[in-house]
Amino acid sequence: MLQGWVVVLISFAYLGLLFAIAYYADQRADRGRSVIASPYIYSLSLAVYATAWTFYGSVGRAAADGVGFLPIYLGPTLMIALWWIVMRKILRISKLNRITSLADFVASRYGKSALLGGVVTVIAVIGIVPYISLQLKAVSNSFTIVLQYPEIIMPAKVGAVPVLADTAFWVALILALFTILFGTRHLYSAEHHEGMVAAIAFESLVKLLAFLAVGVFVTFGIYNGFGDVFARAASEPKLAAMLTPLEGVAGSYASWVWLTILSMLAIMFLPRQFQVTVIENVDEKHLNKAIWLFPLYMLAINVFVLPIAFGGRLHFPDGSVDADTFVLTLPMVEKQELLALLVFIGGLSAATGMVIVETIALSTMVCNDLLMPVLLRLRRLRLSERPDLTGLLLGIRRGAIVAILLLGYLYFRLAGEAYALVSIGLISFAAVAQFAPAVLGGIFWKGATRRGALWGLIGGFGVWFYTLLLPALARSDWVPRSLLEQGPFGVELLKPLALFGLAGLDQITHAMLWSMIANVGAYVSVSLLGTQTAEEHRQASVFVDIFRREAGGARFWRGTASVPDLYNLLVRFLGVEGAEAVFGEYARARGRRWPDEALEADAEFVHFVETRLAGAIGAASARIMVASAVKEEALELDEVREILDEASQVVVYSHRLEQKSRELEAATAELRAANERLKELDRLKDDFMSTVTHELRTPLTSIRAFSEILLANPDVELEQRGKFLAIITKETERLTRLINQVLDLAKIESGRAEWHVTRVDMRELVTETLAGMSQVFKEKGIEVETELPDHVPPVQADLDRVIQVLLNLLSNAVKFCAPERGRIEVSVSENPGSVRVDVRDNGPGISPEFQEAIFDKFRQAGDTLTEKPAGTGLGLHISRQIVEHFGGRMWVESRLGEGACFSFTLPVGPVRAETRADARVS
Amino acid sequence: MRAGDLAPRRTGSYLGNVGGGGRARPGTEEAPMDRLDRKSQRLVALCLLGFLLFNYPILALFNRAGLVFGIPVLYAYIFAAWAALVALMAIVVGRSGG
Repeated sequence: MLQGWVVVLISFAYLGLLFAIAYYADQRADRGRSVIASPYIYSLSLAVYATAWTFYGSVGRAAADGVGFLPIYLGPTLMIALWWIVMRKILRISKLNRITSLADFVASRYGKSALLGGVVTVIAVIGIVPYISLQLKAVSNSFTIVLQYPEIIMPAKVGAVPVLADTAFWVALILALFTILFGTRHLYSAEHHEGMVAAIAFESLVKLLAFLAVGVFVTFGIYNGFGDVFARAASEPKLAAMLTPLEGVAGSYASWVWLTILSMLAIMFLPRQFQVTVIENVDEKHLNKAIWLFPLYMLAINVFVLPIAFGGRLHFPDGSVDADTFVLTLPMVEKQELLALLVFIGGLSAATGMVIVETIALSTMVCNDLLMPVLLRLRRLRLSERPDLTGLLLGIRRGAIVAILLLGYLYFRLAGEAYALVSIGLISFAAVAQFAPAVLGGIFWKGATRRGALWGLIGGFGVWFYTLLLPALARSDWVPRSLLEQGPFGVELLKPLALFGLAGLDQITHAMLWSMIANVGAYVSVSLLGTQTAEEHRQASVFVDIFRREAGGARFWRGTASVPDLYNLLVRFLGVEGAEAVFGEYARARGRRWPDEALEADAEFVHFVETRLAGAIGAASARIMVASAVKEEALELDEVREILDEASQVVVYSHRLEQKSRELEAATAELRAANERLKELDRLKDDFMSTVTHELRTPLTSIRAFSEILLANPDVELEQRGKFLAIITKETERLTRLINQVLDLAKIESGRAEWHVTRVDMRELVTETLAGMSQVFKEKGIEVETELPDHVPPVQADLDRVIQVLLNLLSNAVKFCAPERGRIEVSVSENPGSVRVDVRDNGPGISPEFQEAIFDKFRQAGDTLTEKPAGTGLGLHISRQIVEHFGGRMWVESRLGEGACFSFTLPVGPVRAETRADARVS
Repeated sequence: MRAGDLAPRRTGSYLGNVGGGGRARPGTEEAPMDRLDRKSQRLVALCLLGFLLFNYPILALFNRAGLVFGIPVLYAYIFAAWAALVALMAIVVGRSGG
């Protein structure tokens, strides 16, 4: 069933399906219902990382050295954890600056340098060519092998077949055509290739399912699970050594580390990864899910690699079958036609996914960052005067796609045979790793200069070329082998595989070490020694401070422009429709209507147009074009610095201002609170004054009334006169008492009272006080009961004051006792650390709402308006002040109708230092 | 009168508080380290953890003969650690929300 035409037909059907998916996604996007606006599609599209290398090559590598294939997948797992910091910044920068590719990113960062963009493009193209050749090799090999079914025959040596009869050549052409149809339908490259992304996500599913299918088949179909595979491998002497393979077989731990680092960088700087991760990203938040979904994908696609590798080694012990083809040949030798076909399709999807995205990304770079800046500068072509350049741009991109694939094929013919799939891929990884210093340094280090980046890239790439690419060509005899063995011109120190005598490392570790030293060394030292131009300084600030200020490019432009010029400029690169859309968008953002209302060609507008133009032709080309269309004055470095400083100063000032105003607010709030408190105190004082005067007036009124009566009626009877005089005397006494108490209170509260602290025996004090009042009790017929312990510890207090307190409580009790059968209980008891005195009466009691209030100034239980006050209202207040002064407590317990019990405590022993100090002062 | 005595003293102490409050406030300001939110810090920690787990010397501890559930120790370790790392990343990202 696996005849040639069936396989070809199914392959084309598969490509057709991809195209249908892409078409559908594009249609949906045009209607505003994007299918790629999903973190799952985004994560799947990142899995374009898994190419034919992963699909076929991992098994090949595992069959040779066990776990040696894993760092390539562990590295990205580690790197993606840092993406929330690094990639989010790159995403934000790229969105705001309409970055179209990795080269554009680097060029834009270092002052929109066309030269730098060109260098990055050249490095990327040369670096990626081996990688593309790997895909061609994998597809053509798998195709050739699957055609031989049921025989297992390895493909013939490449050189033996003429180009036109070589499957790989036709694969390259078909893929080129397919990519052109796919990726160059729209010009505007900063916009998303929705169709492409949807198709890539689908391909990621297909290759995962195909690989899992063959993995399950080998592990559980041919063998009895993982344990069985490993057990059988362990019984083979040749394979047993691979079960603990990190020493010797897989190279040193050093190469393990370098492979991890290499793949950490590759996941960010492979042009296709940059394309799907950055350019095609529709929402930063998609990173959230991708951070764990993408590593999960890689974990899943690697689970069965080892069983398949060992299964292959066990099945083909003689080594006649290339380990890179085990994934395909195992189902074939087991006569699983359909599975073999599925594997072939899976491998095809892995390869096509990579080729499509990689060549689209590279063709964008070649067009925007390599050819356009050159063409625009060549005055002879008069390109800048042509009315419509969209056709030319698309033509360049299509040509670039074909050229890149043919270069891949060329490399495959030249050097593809000497290496396994993984080794070819690693050469490309090492090439793109050279972008790391310029990009990572560029987004975190403002001081990095264009020259630094340029020399870093050139140095690193030069070393890469010399230590990796040249040996690859030499192994295929395209460069004399003596170069490897004796070094150039016989200089041993310069041997490409042991530069400066550094031997004993594997090729990748060796190359990475030297190229990174050259790259980072040149990048840092040249940056530190040189100076930045105005444009560089400004771009550095825009990139590094991207989260601190949003899109501030307009501030840096000065000159004059006209709206028609800008319009014509856009029309030439985007077409009339595109230009209209851009102008419309700008007008809408400013609340105008284009074309009804005139737009002003100010700095902001020029900046907007330039950014949009950069989205189509790259930052460097856009800069050239805008500069040619408008009159502008160049800003000096000092001016740029000034603008930046001003801006940052403004930020600092506004920050400080904010803080000041926050402080001020807080201060205001506190002042307001203080004021409220003052007002409250003022009100209390007024209340106090009016209450005092009111209290004073009552006795005064009666004294005056009786005095007037006596004055006006000299003939009042003696008995009557005596009664009146008694009232006057009593009221005068009350007045005196009141005034004394007010004075007393004022003294206590202001801290000017005199305290004579002595040791006071409460038992004695209570007994004496009760004795002094016995006449009063007798008069009122009150029964007094005492409960005194034999001994209480002395308290430190002012004897007179405590007597004052007790007298006050007792006279209150007398006042409120039930008439006729009044009864007062006084008890003294010892509490831990204090002595407690209780005075209980059997009066009407105090309702709970008044129990606290009665200790306030001039407050009495009951309604003072209707009931005649039975005291000054100061006694309890003063008593409490006194008790608290000595560190004690005073409270009341009562229930209505059941009498009240006033209690106070005084601490035993030495009084508080504060009180003593107080006493001494007075 | 007493209230009058008391008031200026009170106000004075409030002003004192205002000054103190002003000095205490910079703590709420955005310090450079705070800009790296919790999520980023946790993810960086996971990256470092992964680097530790998948490198010498931890890796060497598992690089020996022997089987765990029929799977060579080294293979079992790498895949288990890998899965655990992915799970932790999912938890960190999931907990911090969008």
